[in-house]
Amino acid sequence: MRRLLPGSVLAGALLLPSLALAEDGVTPGQFTANNVWMMLCAGLVFIMHLGFATLESGLTRAKNTTNILFKNTFIISIGILTYALAGFALMYPGEFNGWLGFAGLGLGAGYAEGAMTPAYADGGYTYWTDFLFQAMFAATAATIVSGAVAERIKLPSFMVFATLFVGLVYPIVGSWKWGGGWLDAMGFYDFAGSTLVHSVGGWGALVGAWMLGPRMGKYVKGKLAPIPGSNMPLAAVGVFLLWLGWFGFNGGSVLSADPHLTSFTLVTTCLAAAAGCVAAIFGSWFVTSKPDLSMALNGILAGLVGITAGADTVSITGSVLIGLVAGGLVVGSVIFFDRIVKIDDPVGAISVHLVCGIWGTLAVGIFSTNPEHSFATQLIGVAAYGVATLAAAFAIFGGVKAVMGLRVSQEEEMEGLDYGEHGMHAYDLGLGGGISPSHGERAMPSPGMATRLATSENA
Amino acid sequence: MKKVEAIIKPFKLDDAKEALGEIGVQGMSVTEVKGFGRQKGHSELYRGAEYVVDFLPKLKIEVVVPDEMVEKVTLALADSARTGKIGDGKIFVIPVEDAIRIRTGESGDTALL
Repeated sequence: MRRLLPGSVLAGALLLPSLALAEDGVTPGQFTANNVWMMLCAGLVFIMHLGFATLESGLTRAKNTTNILFKNTFIISIGILTYALAGFALMYPGEFNGWLGFAGLGLGAGYAEGAMTPAYADGGYTYWTDFLFQAMFAATAATIVSGAVAERIKLPSFMVFATLFVGLVYPIVGSWKWGGGWLDAMGFYDFAGSTLVHSVGGWGALVGAWMLGPRMGKYVKGKLAPIPGSNMPLAAVGVFLLWLGWFGFNGGSVLSADPHLTSFTLVTTCLAAAAGCVAAIFGSWFVTSKPDLSMALNGILAGLVGITAGADTVSITGSVLIGLVAGGLVVGSVIFFDRIVKIDDPVGAISVHLVCGIWGTLAVGIFSTNPEHSFATQLIGVAAYGVATLAAAFAIFGGVKAVMGLRVSQEEEMEGLDYGEHGMHAYDLGLGGGISPSHGERAMPSPGMATRLATSENA
Repeated sequence: MKKVEAIIKPFKLDDAKEALGEIGVQGMSVTEVKGFGRQKGHSELYRGAEYVVDFLPKLKIEVVVPDEMVEKVTLALADSARTGKIGDGKIFVIPVEDAIRIRTGESGDTALL
């Protein structure tokens, strides 16, 4: 999804042969069609944030639902603002040293003459559409972290992390490839962000979940004791919204409404999602003796994350194989993190976004129909993003832990972050009932809550 | 006057309600409860890992009837709620001192009919 600057029209045409028309300029009609498609895709990527919010709500306990929704609400909002303030200019600095560049503070820093005409970005879209589409992507990386640290992280600590992660880390490392930086020059390929978005978020999720430690009750005397999600219908709604949004995530990453590339990309995207689902269904059925819905849903996302790096450049067969492997990987990975490494990831974000993001990026080196893509270069890219994002995530989470602390008190964790962080439940908002501290079933208000309610009434 | 309390499988509620209606029971209260008996809950799977659910969902039906109806009521409940499988539940019979209909102030057996 490298954004093509006005001066690099020729280079762009070489990268994407079917955009050869751009050399002769696009007609006003084509320009309008391109721009409309890109704005539609921005809207589709936006809907993915609702998908993340519902998926995470469904796979966690009902006593933490308000908190999950709150984090997702904050991320998209702060993501758009920080991207306008600095992110966009950090990620697409124009000509720069390949490692770190900055076009200038505030939205409009990169606005040049012709930014509203086909002279901008090969006539794929206007400057404003460019910003909007990219801003929707940016917040995704931090949202991925939200699920992995759910049910135990302090809200202010997460807000600080998310702001720095989406405002600085994501755009700076993103510039190495999509901004035309050193990895781009090396020939590293990541079409829509298996690495730049999903692995980056996944590395952050890994560090966060590891530093926080598992949720109380997840391991009893060292033995895994699953904590079931509260709402499978919400989880399913979330995954289907994400699948829908991915048509924009990958389809928009063509960066124009090019009929051939957009339609082809949507087909590979869809096939990989379906293959991921089927592989996860039979994988979980085989491994655990029963077909697990949460694994089937994770399998869809696994296939989508996997295909994202090469959706425009792998063959149809390649896309199905990428999805199948991703669906198998996600089942194995969830079990691996749960039982072997004992890193508690309530929604499977590390397995879906990190593991399958790495797989998808490497898969470009295996299945790409473009002879310029190589496995070795893909591996260098994966490693570079791994090292940089791990370092950044450790620095931010470490700093936040030292200054503000990361984890809520044991008492609050038992009672739920909805009441502890927000003083508000997601369900049963009246005084008629509360959500019990155990697995989300309805019960009388816990003694602690009843006392606090009485206190606040007397006050 | 006795109270008959029956803990039954939730999906047997309609059968039990109809059986009670047929022998002339005029009203009843139903509560969602959770519990276990000798079968001690059951195990479920989540993301590939097994865990034990100790307290299974059940329904508690409460009916207060005149003494002479107690046997018919317990028989009707036992017949209608039985599946023959483990976890069918239990019936308890408890003495009740009095009953008062709030609207009219009637008391004793007349408050039940």
